Amino acid sequence: MTKVRVAQLSCGPEYSGVQKEIDEAAAAVDAEIFYPDINLADIRRGSNEFGLDVRSADLKLAIARGKALVEGRVEADAVFIATCFRCAEAAIVRNELRRYIHENSRLPVVSYSFTERTTAGTLLTRMEALTTIARRRALLAREVQEGTTLGVDSGSSTTKAVVMIDNEIAGTGWLPTTAVMKSAQDVIARALDEAGVKMADVEAIGTTGYGRFLVGKEIKADLIQEELTVNSKGAVYLADTQHGPSTVIDIGGMDNKAISVQDGIPGSFTMGGICAGASGRFLEMTAKRLGVDITELGPLAMKGTSGNVPMNSYCIVFGTQSLVNALAAGSTPEDVAAAACHSVAEQVFEQQLQEVDIKEPVIMVGGTSLIQGLVRAMGDLLQSTVVVPHHSQYIGAVGSALLASGFIKGE
Amino acid sequence: MAKVFIYPATSLILSDLVARFGHTPLSAAIQIRERIQTPGLDSPPLQITPEEPKKGLKYAAVEVPSGVRGRMSLYGPMIEEAEAAIIINDADYAFGCMGCARTNELIKFLVRSSDIPVLDLNYPKNEEEGEEFVAAIHAFLKRLEESR
Repeated sequence: MTKVRVAQLSCGPEYSGVQKEIDEAAAAVDAEIFYPDINLADIRRGSNEFGLDVRSADLKLAIARGKALVEGRVEADAVFIATCFRCAEAAIVRNELRRYIHENSRLPVVSYSFTERTTAGTLLTRMEALTTIARRRALLAREVQEGTTLGVDSGSSTTKAVVMIDNEIAGTGWLPTTAVMKSAQDVIARALDEAGVKMADVEAIGTTGYGRFLVGKEIKADLIQEELTVNSKGAVYLADTQHGPSTVIDIGGMDNKAISVQDGIPGSFTMGGICAGASGRFLEMTAKRLGVDITELGPLAMKGTSGNVPMNSYCIVFGTQSLVNALAAGSTPEDVAAAACHSVAEQVFEQQLQEVDIKEPVIMVGGTSLIQGLVRAMGDLLQSTVVVPHHSQYIGAVGSALLASGFIKGE
Repeated sequence: MAKVFIYPATSLILSDLVARFGHTPLSAAIQIRERIQTPGLDSPPLQITPEEPKKGLKYAAVEVPSGVRGRMSLYGPMIEEAEAAIIINDADYAFGCMGCARTNELIKFLVRSSDIPVLDLNYPKNEEEGEEFVAAIHAFLKRLEESR
């Protein structure tokens, strides 16, 4: 297999001690990082033409390299933009450069702000998605599921399986993730049972999610693919928006994904996963504290007003404390549920959605998309109607089953 | 013979001038090349580990970007060791440059606020300024030599 060539446009990774981690993440997905070769005169010219007057020479270098890629003077399969976390100048360049490349080329691009604590493991899914988009464009272009296929999404909180037969969802299975393989086997059994087929009838299998490698190896999956590309595909397939632009938001149990999609293929994306307060976990904790099932949190939040509860922190610990204080001060469970939903939506809006271009339709997927209060809060922040497709909680499994069908005929 | 910190620390010309006058240049052993094939303009020759940004906490707090702290772990001790310094502002990249503007600001501030002789010059824009520039550096280095 030819290595995917990922152009790195960066400022600071070497002096932060993380260049080795970036290289390792790329090597793990059979990609190679390279630094577009340009000369000193190109830096001055590229930076001037771009029009962003920054002070740091390495940011000027990144801009000039970005221009060289867009203008076709340097060839690459994908672009990785990385700058230091907490540098305002770099944040502006990172964002504008990502937008410029996304709008003016077909190169998949991901941006990331690192600290010295960034590891190859953190970067792996992002790097894997970049290489998937570069390598599997034909597969990602698939719009119709054919034959009998199985998709398994081994997530950090829940495990889902879907059996699809001739472009229809025939069976589903859903369980909280405990032991990764046991959970996968149980949901597969449920999905097969509901579809009325046996494992031997399945013509192709796809896996995604945190446990994709383990589960994929065990059940001999044809396709083992990260959730950024799989969920994008599943989202536009279920929302019936396979052509044109769209934005996919997936607030997961352990991380969030925001993906700018064009014709079903991610163009740029961001993934957050450091703060539990911006994840589904916060909503689980809120539901527990309110003494309701997580499925009841959404309808409860729809009856409340988030502004009635002062939230002093986004943190899962201190944010929960704010909710507890509000309850003690007489706030209603409805307002508290709405405040929790607003807090999660606001964090994702502030931290992730600023790094992708929001284009309608905005599609929310994953288990948290069933929490109506969260969807409403996100819609309010984006001032847009958020689409939640049917089976949205099975998005990874559906995307896997859809893409896996490409393997029946050996695509 | 004095230990002279130079800014930009990557300037081979400046480093060479200091050495010619018998002083010890405190600089980075990095050359800015016409073609850039490394992640940054002043990519370090050695692999820096995540420990360096932690050592840099001596010079910049944790809310300062890790790249600044990593650079300061190298240049901070040089500034502490320096007995004199030459700062060239707005130099041409080919003369020598350092990739991070925030680090540059901090380095120049630390040098200017330390109790050592500092020559602070702007990079020349024409031949006449060029002659004055070289003469000023010569005079500074000579004075350093004489004062010792």
